[in-house]
Amino acid sequence: MIKEKEIVVPGETLATGMEYLPSVGTYRKNDAILANKLGIAVVDGKVIKIIPVSGAYHPKRNDTIIAKVIDISMSGWRVDTNCAYSAMLSMKDATSDFIRKGEDLTKYFDIGEYMVCQITQVTSQNLVDVTLRGPGLKKLGKGRIIEVSPHKVPRIIGKQGSMVSLIKDHTNTRITVGQNGIVWIQGEPAGEILAIKTIRMIEEQSHISGLTDKIKEYLEKNSLKVEGKKDEKQKSEDDQGEE
Amino acid sequence: MAYIKRHDGRKMEDFRPVEAKVGVVKRADGSAMFKIGDTVALATVYGPRELHPRFLQNPERGVLRVSYNMMPFSGQGDRVRPGPNRRAKEIAMVTEKALFPVLNLENYPNAVVDVMIELPQTDAGSRCAGICAASMALADAGITMKDMVPAVSVGRVGKQILVDLDYYEEAYDEETVADIPVALIPSTDEFTLLQMDGDVTREQLKEALEMGKFACKKIYDIQKQALKDKFAGDLK
Repeated sequence: MIKEKEIVVPGETLATGMEYLPSVGTYRKNDAILANKLGIAVVDGKVIKIIPVSGAYHPKRNDTIIAKVIDISMSGWRVDTNCAYSAMLSMKDATSDFIRKGEDLTKYFDIGEYMVCQITQVTSQNLVDVTLRGPGLKKLGKGRIIEVSPHKVPRIIGKQGSMVSLIKDHTNTRITVGQNGIVWIQGEPAGEILAIKTIRMIEEQSHISGLTDKIKEYLEKNSLKVEGKKDEKQKSEDDQGEE
Repeated sequence: MAYIKRHDGRKMEDFRPVEAKVGVVKRADGSAMFKIGDTVALATVYGPRELHPRFLQNPERGVLRVSYNMMPFSGQGDRVRPGPNRRAKEIAMVTEKALFPVLNLENYPNAVVDVMIELPQTDAGSRCAGICAASMALADAGITMKDMVPAVSVGRVGKQILVDLDYYEEAYDEETVADIPVALIPSTDEFTLLQMDGDVTREQLKEALEMGKFACKKIYDIQKQALKDKFAGDLK
């Protein structure tokens, strides 16, 4: 029997006996449960699952992601989701406007533009559908896009968004973190650069406990260089991907 | 003179000192270094990612693509001419077939997983080192797989059966030599790679495979430890 919260390697026996049930990242062989992914083993009652710690993003239903328009078709837009499978944004999921047949779709989204969207469906062939209908889902304007490991996203957001709002407040920027590891940052150049540096720091030191305090200290030391206080109006517009 | 004592003082069933490290290439989705004696293999994994041209896509399962490349001054003799050659293509193919049975590629329809194996330094046993590095890199890339694949070469020098021949033993000219690279799935005890250069008797082969199995399981423990070491910090 494996210990709770231990790093496991593919092929490792997690438990023997039929009293346990295999969940994501595990499989049953005879009466043993084996890992088929590298990650942290979690035992939840009778169920054993693995939380992956590395690798590319894999699309999941209800994930809020940041996607980029790569193609325009008859009925909508094809967007890149930062993984092997691009997603489809259909016209009715993109806008509530009435779009006439044959209308120029680039008016709404042009190739290369980014958006915060939510995955509505993933099929067995990994065909992905996304929507822009929902709170906080929208087209993204100018700003910077950076890529982080999708497994570090919960750490970057923090508990109830504590970490990301810390960065936003100290750097005077607007930040959106997608579950697919794409981060959008907008603000003054100095603030943007500090925000990126901080996110990279979180990514590198994600294993340290009490990281929030460390980041707070770092931001307080450096944010003096970033001028301007954020006004309340802009603050209310801020948003982020869910954890 | 009969080969009864190994030139580097190893026991017959010992492999050379092994060093394994995961996450050596930052930009890759997964990467690993596997060093056995003087043979060094670096493996990087990219993907699963979109596969182009489209006619290569398989809607039933993802495609595994392996490349094997010996760097120009990696060998002991002449400079290895860069670029794919017959030998490199063959080794890439057998590596692919050695890794394929453990990968759950049905999770990645129409996509591709690229494995690139580079050898900066070789002293025999390079395809086995490549497979060891590749299976660690695949696990590091978060690919769903049933097991890891450790590999080692076994063989015969004269009448002696031994594990992990180095170049001196492989090129030993006073007696005949057989070199048998094997790869193993530890959880099922199945071999996924079995090639032979030279000849052995039925009994010798059986003995060699048993020794290989034992050595592979020891290598498997080293691979496991290397993966755990990289992520030990993520536990908290």
